[in-house]
Amino acid sequence: MSAGTTKLNVTVTDVVAVNELVKRFHFERTDGESLPTFSGGAHVVVEMRDGDRTRLNPYSLMSSPLNTRDYTISVRRDDSGRGGSLFMHNRVKRGMEMVISYPVNLFSLDLRARKHLMIAGGIGITPFLAQTAQLAASGSNFELHYTCRSEALGSYTDMLRDRYGNRVNLYYDDRNERIPLDRLLATQPLGTHLYVCGPAGMIKWVRDTAAQHGWPDETVHYEHFAAPQPGKPFDVTLAVSKKDIHVGEQQSLLEAMEAAGIDPPYLCRGGVCGQCETNVVSYDGTFKHNDHWLSAEEHCSGKKIMPCVSRFEGRSLVLER
Amino acid sequence: MGINFRKETFRDDFSFKNSPEQVRRFPFPFNEDAYMYAVNIEPHVPGPRNSVFEHLIDVDEHYISEMEDRALVLAEDPLRCQSLPHMTLAGWDLLELLMVEKAKSYPEHFSLTRDGDRWRWINRPLGIDDTFTFGDVSTLPYGPMEYITRQSQGDFAILDQRDGNLWMDAGMVTTQADWSLDFDIGMNFFEWHAPVPLAHEKGIFTRALKFLTNIQQGQPARRLNWTMTINPRLDTSPENFHKWGTDRLTVTPENVGNKVHLRVELQSFWRLPRSNALVFPIRCYLIKMDELVAQPKWARRFHRVLRDLPVELADYKGLTRYRPTVVEWLSKYDDGAPTSPGFGPD
Amino acid sequence: MKTILSRPVYGTLSPQAGSSHLLVADAEGASAILDLARQAPEGFFASAHIMFIPGRTESRFQDSLKALKPAQYYEGPSVAAAMPRLKWTLANAHMGLRIYLAGTEGLIGQVMQAALEAGIDHASIQTEQRGSLARRMQCVHCKGITENVTTQPATCSHCGLLLLVRDHYSRRLAAFQGVCINAEDPTEVPHKEEIFR
Repeated sequence: MSAGTTKLNVTVTDVVAVNELVKRFHFERTDGESLPTFSGGAHVVVEMRDGDRTRLNPYSLMSSPLNTRDYTISVRRDDSGRGGSLFMHNRVKRGMEMVISYPVNLFSLDLRARKHLMIAGGIGITPFLAQTAQLAASGSNFELHYTCRSEALGSYTDMLRDRYGNRVNLYYDDRNERIPLDRLLATQPLGTHLYVCGPAGMIKWVRDTAAQHGWPDETVHYEHFAAPQPGKPFDVTLAVSKKDIHVGEQQSLLEAMEAAGIDPPYLCRGGVCGQCETNVVSYDGTFKHNDHWLSAEEHCSGKKIMPCVSRFEGRSLVLER
Repeated sequence: MGINFRKETFRDDFSFKNSPEQVRRFPFPFNEDAYMYAVNIEPHVPGPRNSVFEHLIDVDEHYISEMEDRALVLAEDPLRCQSLPHMTLAGWDLLELLMVEKAKSYPEHFSLTRDGDRWRWINRPLGIDDTFTFGDVSTLPYGPMEYITRQSQGDFAILDQRDGNLWMDAGMVTTQADWSLDFDIGMNFFEWHAPVPLAHEKGIFTRALKFLTNIQQGQPARRLNWTMTINPRLDTSPENFHKWGTDRLTVTPENVGNKVHLRVELQSFWRLPRSNALVFPIRCYLIKMDELVAQPKWARRFHRVLRDLPVELADYKGLTRYRPTVVEWLSKYDDGAPTSPGFGPD
Repeated sequence: MKTILSRPVYGTLSPQAGSSHLLVADAEGASAILDLARQAPEGFFASAHIMFIPGRTESRFQDSLKALKPAQYYEGPSVAAAMPRLKWTLANAHMGLRIYLAGTEGLIGQVMQAALEAGIDHASIQTEQRGSLARRMQCVHCKGITENVTTQPATCSHCGLLLLVRDHYSRRLAAFQGVCINAEDPTEVPHKEEIFR
C-alpha cells in the first residue's frame, strides 16, 4: 500500500486501560532499532488486519518526540463507528506484530509563536501530549485548557498537572465547568498561536469565537479526528483501472479501492489533507460529503469526492481512478 | 580506499579541474536535445555505482577545496549564512541528517558515535574531531546549521512549512547561481521564485509546491537544474556581481574550452523530523567545455540545447553575452548525428 | 502592468472583526482611511488608534481624520519619528488587534516590518497603496537602503553603484532589490528615467 509514507514493523509492548473508554498502546520496532523521531502533532497510520478486511486508521502520537524507543497512542472506543477502535480495544494484545506508517504531521506547531495556547476536548488531548513534551524540553511558553466529560473519563489529567502545574487548566462537563473562551481570547499577547483538537462542535466554537475576536486565520490551528462513518453500501465503477467495486457498510470508499488493488495517495485518512481527492466522471444519485477539504462549491458541483470519509447513494458512480 | 581529494581554487588563478573519473560521473542534465522547464522531480534513491546518485549525500574529489572556498566567502560576507530564530531545531535536524549520511556512505572519511545526546563527530579530510551535546548550541563553535554546512558541499535552504506554503527561513548559500539569501530569507515559495521567467504561467510552481509540501520522512526527492558560469567560480552571488560580472565579456573562441563551464545543481528535498521543515541541499557540479566534449553525445546535445534555448531563459540564466561564441565553438562537435535518449554518455 | 509574484499586491482597506484597530497612513493614504470609515460599523473608531504622517498633503486631511473621533490620534513628521510610539503600541497589544496600512509603499513596508517583528503574520494586515510610487531600495552589494527612489536605474546613496531597481521585494527588509545594472560592462551607463512617481 503506497501512500508516500514508509512502513514500520512494530511489536505491541503494552496495552493499558486508561479508563472506561480509552486504551493506550505502546509500540517498539520489531527489529529493535530506534523509531524515527518526529514533531509534536504527528500521527501514524495503523494497519488493522481483520480477517479479509484491512482498515487503516490514523492515531496521534502522544509520546514525547524525544523518545525514539517507544511510540504511544491512545484510542477512544467508539461503539457506533466502523470498528477500527473496537478492533484496537478487543483484538490488539501485547506481543502482537503490526505495521504502522512513518509519522506524518498535519497539525504542527508554529515555532515562531511567542506563546502556544492549546484547547483540547476529550481524546483530542493526544497530540497535545506530544507537543507539550516538545515545548517543555525547549523552554517554550505554552498553556493548555482541557475539557473532559468527568474526572473518571479525564485521560492523563494527573500526569499533565504533575508535569506542567498551572500551565494546565482542567474543566469537567459533569461539574458544568466551561472554558472561559472569550476572556482567554481577549487577553493573549501578540504572537500567540491557538491550537484546538476535539469534537467537531468544539472546533467550530473555538474557530468562530477566535474570528470574532479578530484572530487572523494563520494563527488558529486545528485538527479534526474525523473518522470515516459507516453507511449504506454502494457500487462504484473505476474508469481508469476498469474495475467495478462494492463499498461495504463498514468500509470506506478508499478502503474499498485499496482492497481492489488501487493505490490512491493518502495521508490523514480523515478528510482534511486533500491527498485522496478524486475526480467524478459521472454520477446518478447523491453524494454524502463528510470531508473538511472540498469547498462548498465543490461539494455541490458533483465533480469531486474525498473517498477516505465520503459516501454515495444512488444508481451509479464512475470515478477517475 | 577513499576519495583522492584535489587541491585547487575557485577564484583568482581558477586551478579547478575535474579528473577523468569525475567527468564520467558528471550529472549531465539534458535527456533530449531541447530544454524547457518541467516539474522534473523524482524519488531520491541510491543510483548506479560511481554516479553522483550512488550516495544520497554526495562527497567528491572537490570536497576540501570547496569547503576552503566557502570559508573565504563567509569571512568576507557572513550574511551568506542566516537562520531565523525559530529555525534552530531544523538546524539540528540537518546536522543529524548530514552526519548520519556521510558517516554511512564514507566511513573511511567520517565517523559519528552517539551516546544518548553526547555525540562525537570525526571529519578526517578537514581535520575535525568534535564532541558535543545534541540540542545544546553552546557545545558547538557555530549554530548547528552553520556548523555542519561548513563541512558539506553545496548550498542548503531550510524551509519552514506553514499555511500550505514553504518559507525560506534559514540557509547557507555561498555557491548559488545568482540569488541572495539575505534578500530572499523569509520569502515563500512563489515569492523567491518570482524572478524566474515563463515557469509561473505554466503552473510549474503550483504543482511543485503541492508535491513538496507532501514529501514525508524517509522519502526524499530530487531534481536537476542548470546554468553556465565563466571560470569555475563558485561564488557567483548578486552581492559580488559587480566584481565578477565582467567575466561574461572575456569569452573568446580560443578560450571557450577552458573558461566556459556548464554548472549543474542537483537539488534534493528532505523532510526533517523534529521541526517538520524541509531542507533543500543544492549540490553544485562544474564541468569545462573541454571536459564536456570528451563525451561526443554530450557535445552534440549541449550544442543543440544552447542554440535553441528561448531568449527569456538565456537572459534569466545570464548567458546572453557569450552564447553565440559558445554555440559556434560547440558546433564543431556536432555532426548532426542523432543522440540517444537519456542523460548518460554513450 | 507586468509584475512578478514577489512584488507586493495591495488591496482596499475594509473593516475587520477585532477588538481594537490600528490605522497608520501617510499623505494620500488618509483618504483610504476616510473611505474605510464610510463602511465601518458603529463604534469601530471608538476602539481605533490612528497614526498619520501628512507628508506632501500638508493640512488637507487632519480635520477629517479627527472628526472620526478615534480613541487615539497621532500626527507625526515621518515614519522614523513615529516608530517608537508604534513599537510601544505593538509590544503592549493583545491578539485581536487589527492593522490597516495606507499610503506609500515605504510607509506600508516599514510599518509591516515592525508588525512582523512584533509577531504579527503579514497576511492578516490590510494594505492599500495611495499616492507616490517612490520606492525604498536595498543595494544587494553594500546592503544600504536608499529611500525615495523614483528613477530606473538608480544610484545607491551609500556606495554609488548604478542599480537596476527590480520588482523583487523583501517584506523582511521592506525594500525592493537593487542590482548593479552595468556589472558585465561598466562602460555602459543607461540613462535614468523617472518612472516611480
